[in-house]
Amino acid sequence: MFVFRLVLKNALRHKLRMFLTILGITIAVMAFGLLRTVVTAWYVGVEGSAANRLITRHAVSFIFPLPLAYRDKIAGVPGIELVTFANWFQGVYIDKNKFFARLAVDADTYFDAAPEFLINPNELEAFKRERNACIIGEQIARTYHLKIGDLMPVEGDIYPGRWEFVVRGIYRPRDKTTDATQMLFHWQYVDERMKQDAPGRAGQVGWYVARISNPDNASAISEQIDALFKNSRAETKTETERAFQQGFISQSSAIIKAMNFISFVIIGIILLVLGNTMIMSARERIREYAVLKTFGFSAAHIIGLIGGESLLISCLGGAIGLAFTFPLTAGFAGSLPKGWFPIFNVEPITIILACSSALFVGILAALFPIQRAITTKIADGLRRIE
Amino acid sequence: MAEPIIAIQNLSKSYRRDSLEIPVLSDISLNVPEGEFLGLMGPSGSGKTTLLNLIAGIDRPNSGVIIVAGTDLATLNESTLAKWRSRHVGFIFQFYNLLPVLTAYENVELPLLLTSLPKKERREHVEAALKLVGLADRMDHYPRQLSGGQEQRVAIARAIAGDPTMLIADEPTGDLDKQSAGEILTLLERLNREFKKTIVMVTHDPRAAEKAHTIRHLDKGELT
Repeated sequence: MFVFRLVLKNALRHKLRMFLTILGITIAVMAFGLLRTVVTAWYVGVEGSAANRLITRHAVSFIFPLPLAYRDKIAGVPGIELVTFANWFQGVYIDKNKFFARLAVDADTYFDAAPEFLINPNELEAFKRERNACIIGEQIARTYHLKIGDLMPVEGDIYPGRWEFVVRGIYRPRDKTTDATQMLFHWQYVDERMKQDAPGRAGQVGWYVARISNPDNASAISEQIDALFKNSRAETKTETERAFQQGFISQSSAIIKAMNFISFVIIGIILLVLGNTMIMSARERIREYAVLKTFGFSAAHIIGLIGGESLLISCLGGAIGLAFTFPLTAGFAGSLPKGWFPIFNVEPITIILACSSALFVGILAALFPIQRAITTKIADGLRRIE
Repeated sequence: MAEPIIAIQNLSKSYRRDSLEIPVLSDISLNVPEGEFLGLMGPSGSGKTTLLNLIAGIDRPNSGVIIVAGTDLATLNESTLAKWRSRHVGFIFQFYNLLPVLTAYENVELPLLLTSLPKKERREHVEAALKLVGLADRMDHYPRQLSGGQEQRVAIARAIAGDPTMLIADEPTGDLDKQSAGEILTLLERLNREFKKTIVMVTHDPRAAEKAHTIRHLDKGELT
């Protein structure tokens, strides 16, 4: 009790110093939280990927299409329950700076392979019946105030021209790892127009999605699929959806690595800030520790005093920093173009990392001052002039 | 003849500074009877404070025997020695060494926190000690709110609160004006006379030395 009381009184001894130290830790934890949130937002697609889905794409690059004829061959591979496909459409809806994914999909099968999109069966049926129908995520509906029956004109770029879609369904994400900012419409609608405008581009799909019965067989099935198209004009590369998503991320891996690195450099900065404060405080009080030892206070008391003060400051700074991380990330997300990060939340892992970093820094920053206070002889400590 | 409360035989102490061995005390022998008020005098660097530290058990000799209150200090490990100090020694320092974040009451209570005394009894001890030094009305004051003399009186109250066997005072008037120094010396004299406290005091001040029953001089680490 005495140690706890003295810890509080010592911490408040230099109010400005304590305020500045806590401020430094607060800002650093906020920066750490923001960077970690960006990194986790990048990986959210990977987190949300299903274990029982394989993606088959062109072996050279994702941007090269595959023939529609591959679908039946892939479906014939043992262990595959369902095959569907999709195409990256892109285009511009209202504002080119406000991005969200627009995909041309096989209307009959795509949603059977994607149970993470929760949609009313009546809306799904209506979507399947109408060639230029689309289904949008609830976040898009909210952002653009769209409802069932509304028209969504999209200016095509990869597929030039004006495309008009009618909203026939609004899906909800199954959980927070599911992207609620996608627009999905009939691949057949796009393909029919390609047959007229650019026949060379008709009958092509971006990638196939195969749902498999046993995720343990993913590797063997992937090899079998790719073997089907070996030495063809469009060889394939099949991988799990997770690996496919990671492939996307690897294109930005240098940036993510840099952000990861910087986020941990920030922990180092917190350590220096707090370490400096604790070393200064302990040096100023070396005589007081000697006096306490003279009266019979043990090393455990000294450890409690210095360690307690260090932990108090680091935890206080960490808690305030974490509390401010939420409005900061919300503000940051608001300042980004819409759709950059479909899911941008402070994840539990970020909270755990920030808390454990604050604890770790609090303990580490106290080690050297503790060692010094304990090993300084009483006689030497008493001789110390402040 | 009664056993001396402090018995020192052939005590030597030296310090190492880098590769240099610096002798501080050489072959000191000294007996201090119970209830004595001993003054240690000598020029700076003569080893007065070192001898005081050795008697108080906050430093260890290179050779020789120190028996205080019947205990050979060499036989105690650090943790037992710390407990022994808290029971037998009351410290009075030149610069008072009060904890600035604690009130006068809390500073006096400090050594008692390591005893098994319940809170109520601790309060009684603290209040009695502060009353004895004439600062019962200042117990809620912080050191910065007290004069130098008052701070030293709080330090004396802290030293006597646990009713130790002896008081160790290192230049207790060294940082005080003449009037405050006089008050402190009177207080120490009273503690020795009325409460039979053994006091070992290091001082440069001839007026302080006058209060002591016995004066021993140290010069270049030797008692003269």
